[in-house]
Amino acid sequence: MEGSFIFEIDTIKRLLEGIFITLYISVISILFSIFCGLAMGFTMAFGSSWIRFICRFYLESIRIIPILAWLFIVYFGFSTFSGLHINGQIASIIVFSLWGTAEMGDLTRGALTSIPKHQSQSAKALGLNDLLIAVFVIFPQAIVRLLPASINLFTRIIKTTSLVALIGVVDLLKVGQQIIEVNILRIPDASFWVYGTIFAIYFFLCYPLSVLSAKLELKYQY
Amino acid sequence: MKFYKAFSVFGLMLAAALLINACSNSSEKEKDSIAKIKERGVLRVGVFSDKPPFGFVNTQGQYEGFDVYIAKRLAKDLLGDEKKIEFIPVEAAARVEFLKSGKVDIIMANFTKTKEREEVVDFATPYMKVALGVVSKNGKIKNVDELKGKQLIVNKGTTADFYFSKNYPEINLLKYDQNTEAFLALKNGRANALAHDNTLLFAWAKENPGFVVSISSLGDQDVIAPAVKKGDKDLLDWLNEEIKVLTKEGFMKQAYDATLAPIYGTDINPASVIFE
Repeated sequence: MEGSFIFEIDTIKRLLEGIFITLYISVISILFSIFCGLAMGFTMAFGSSWIRFICRFYLESIRIIPILAWLFIVYFGFSTFSGLHINGQIASIIVFSLWGTAEMGDLTRGALTSIPKHQSQSAKALGLNDLLIAVFVIFPQAIVRLLPASINLFTRIIKTTSLVALIGVVDLLKVGQQIIEVNILRIPDASFWVYGTIFAIYFFLCYPLSVLSAKLELKYQY
Repeated sequence: MKFYKAFSVFGLMLAAALLINACSNSSEKEKDSIAKIKERGVLRVGVFSDKPPFGFVNTQGQYEGFDVYIAKRLAKDLLGDEKKIEFIPVEAAARVEFLKSGKVDIIMANFTKTKEREEVVDFATPYMKVALGVVSKNGKIKNVDELKGKQLIVNKGTTADFYFSKNYPEINLLKYDQNTEAFLALKNGRANALAHDNTLLFAWAKENPGFVVSISSLGDQDVIAPAVKKGDKDLLDWLNEEIKVLTKEGFMKQAYDATLAPIYGTDINPASVIFE
């Protein structure tokens, strides 16, 4: 069969290397995004006005500049100006964490502020303090609202990591292109088979997240 | 609400830790660039990872190709071992940035020397030529004059398009966006010939019997050369001398035979691609 070259040991090994790099960058970035994003969302929802302003400024500056430009700024710009060299994978993790944190922060803020005011007022009337209100009243309700949007963000982070090829990091998509070009003379339809395989791989990377999100939503549903 | 502050402090600390970690790769002082490479023990070369036969990664994951072959020799002559080289995969659009920011010592990613690029990087002695070529069925079209009043396929916006629109308005151009479309159209007999970079045509003609690159070099000849960071005079001088020596001793021909000849076949005169 024409597409059988996909299942050659060397090809599989190379695709696995690509998957590893893609996962390595996206999983670490997602972890940072969750922790820093939750912290930032909290700050934006309950913080003082100047700290809220700083968060807002950070969020907007990440949002209006394309991710590709950020990758170039961190990878090339940083070493041009300071002479310090950041490895491409670290640079990617920094950029995707910064992006994830900003978006996750805004999602968290949205989820927290969407909880009706009477919830916290009622809790206060019952004698709970601020910490207890946040942990036992606001947070459990906010998490359900936060889940779908944040899973969407994580799948976007996984898919957007394909940009890192431009700063010399060989991720899944780049490995695919290399495999296509090596085989194109031997197998004219190579691109169809390789891109088809990559399509399936991205699906299997992102789909478990969707399943997880659905499960968690059910679990935390009131 | 005290504890949100703890959260934000935690966040800031994480960010700071990241930054410090990133910066800890200590800075190198401005030194003579060759001494710096020798001290590092590795020559960093930016090459293509998906453009056979010039620079590509083979099925085992090793770098191969014409550019790579020459780069390995550079490492051998500079550091005494062809394994003391680190290939950095670059994309066409980011080649200049890799040099400017010092991420690579040399770019050998089929970098065509142009006036615009010369303002931002320094090109060494060229090691390859590229010009327009014309491919036709059975090699019927022997020179440009035979094309007058006939159909010629070009890719929109390429050098071939500009060259023929400007110099030969009497040739009817059939323009396509994609390489695949253009070559398919030629195969289907929609035009008498097709014009493109000769380095690409040679490979295509070998794969498609019945088609011959009947005009192998046409128009302005461009050259492909290794590039270094603007002002990196030590490395530039060394490269100039090295390439002169390699060309003289026939190493470029050897590189051609090892990497390009299997793709181009024996009908092509190496002199239309390399310097001898």
